[in-house]
Amino acid sequence: MARALSVAALIAIWAVAAVLAHSRLLPSPLGVAETIVADLKSGELPLEIGYTLARVVASFTIALVLGSVAGYAMGQFRTIDRYADPWLVALINLPALVTIIFAYVWIGLNETAAILAVALNKLPNVIVVMREGARALDPGLDEMARAYRLAPLTRLRHIVAPQLAPYLAAGSRSGLATAWKIVLVVELIGRPNGVGFVLGSAFSLFDMTKILSYAVTFIVLMLAIENFLVQPFERRAQRWRPRRP
Amino acid sequence: MNDARNAGDRDALELRISSKVYCAADGTAVEVLRGLELGLQAGQLGVLLGPSGCGKTTTLRIAAGLDPDFSGHCRPPGSGRLGIVFQEPRLLPWRTVEQNIRLVLPPEQADVDLSDLLDTLGLSSHLARYPGELSLGLARRVAIARAFAVRPDFLLLDEPFVSLDEATAARLREELLALTGRGHVTTLLVTHDVEEAIRLADRLFFLSDRPARIVLERCLPPPRGARSPATIAAIRDELREQLADAKASG
Repeated sequence: MARALSVAALIAIWAVAAVLAHSRLLPSPLGVAETIVADLKSGELPLEIGYTLARVVASFTIALVLGSVAGYAMGQFRTIDRYADPWLVALINLPALVTIIFAYVWIGLNETAAILAVALNKLPNVIVVMREGARALDPGLDEMARAYRLAPLTRLRHIVAPQLAPYLAAGSRSGLATAWKIVLVVELIGRPNGVGFVLGSAFSLFDMTKILSYAVTFIVLMLAIENFLVQPFERRAQRWRPRRP
Repeated sequence: MNDARNAGDRDALELRISSKVYCAADGTAVEVLRGLELGLQAGQLGVLLGPSGCGKTTTLRIAAGLDPDFSGHCRPPGSGRLGIVFQEPRLLPWRTVEQNIRLVLPPEQADVDLSDLLDTLGLSSHLARYPGELSLGLARRVAIARAFAVRPDFLLLDEPFVSLDEATAARLREELLALTGRGHVTTLLVTHDVEEAIRLADRLFFLSDRPARIVLERCLPPPRGARSPATIAAIRDELREQLADAKASG
């Protein structure tokens, strides 16, 4: 209820501001909604968003898998952490734009470069979160697993993974939200499709309605992913916790 | 007891630790154990006693094969199938009681019937619950059930009855005696409760302060678990004198 009211208030403020400004540069919510419906019907919006979403998923999956392995290794083995930490600091402070330019220059203006650039940008964040998770692993449970000679896969599935799940959920949440913003930059600079490309051409035409319609649609989509994928995963991973009244 | 002796050395526990050193947080080396030797025949129950912080848990971890960083020799009894009960229950909070117990079973025993064991330990009505919903006493019982579920040749228990109320502790002791007797399990138990030790043990080992070694070893007459309070008190007084003599002589 509180959330619905809050969203309604945001739209109302936007509508009032649009009426007061009465300018092509601040379209009304209704105008944006009409554009969204029209673009949905023409199939342009789903197609472009599909391109962007595919890039987000591909690059984030790569970052998540590599980052989890690297983060786990760094959290568990101090020697690896000592050697790899300076690289991590360098990578985390490298501006996204620099990675993107280098990827396009070295690999070429293609899909591989685009996805790799985004993955490389998200990788250090995933590593940092997963390293904290691996550091917090309970040594007592590890000892129990060794004493009972549990197989490596059993250990991973029943002992390590459940302890890392909350970190994985936190990493996905913050990671997805920032990954799609970087994907837009990648598309703006070097792809012939996707939301970033559309925003770039809309910018050159000062088509604010189009820019807002794409932004709003993508925000709604990310909210849906959070509510229907990330949160259920989190709830399932946490089902053993005693419920607090 | 006779067949235990006949089983010979092959099934006995043999532990010789000439030295165990660990590195303290400030970088200094601390010698915890020195010249500690102990042996148990198959099916015997040995109890380690000693002042707190003397290295009882360290000895148990070495016997379990969890700490290879010591000089000496350790040969676990039988095929070395190990059941262990740590000081804390160490259950997986995200798995139910039953899943926690079945997790440690070897794959070929995955579906084995545990209802007898679970009945004995009074866990049958708690199988679907998560460890976070259990009292400490129940969680301890789950840890004990887990150790027995693997049908161990070798059982290690680290103060399994500490911080339980006396009634629960007494019942768990009875259950422990029943289970070790039935399965012919070589057992090493750590406690600081002398009376508990006398009640349960075939053999007692007293550890000195750091660096710990065994200052007194005492074989108790069978039957374990059925000694009367008077016998226990008499043995305790006798041990006290022997311990004082042992300390005085060196």
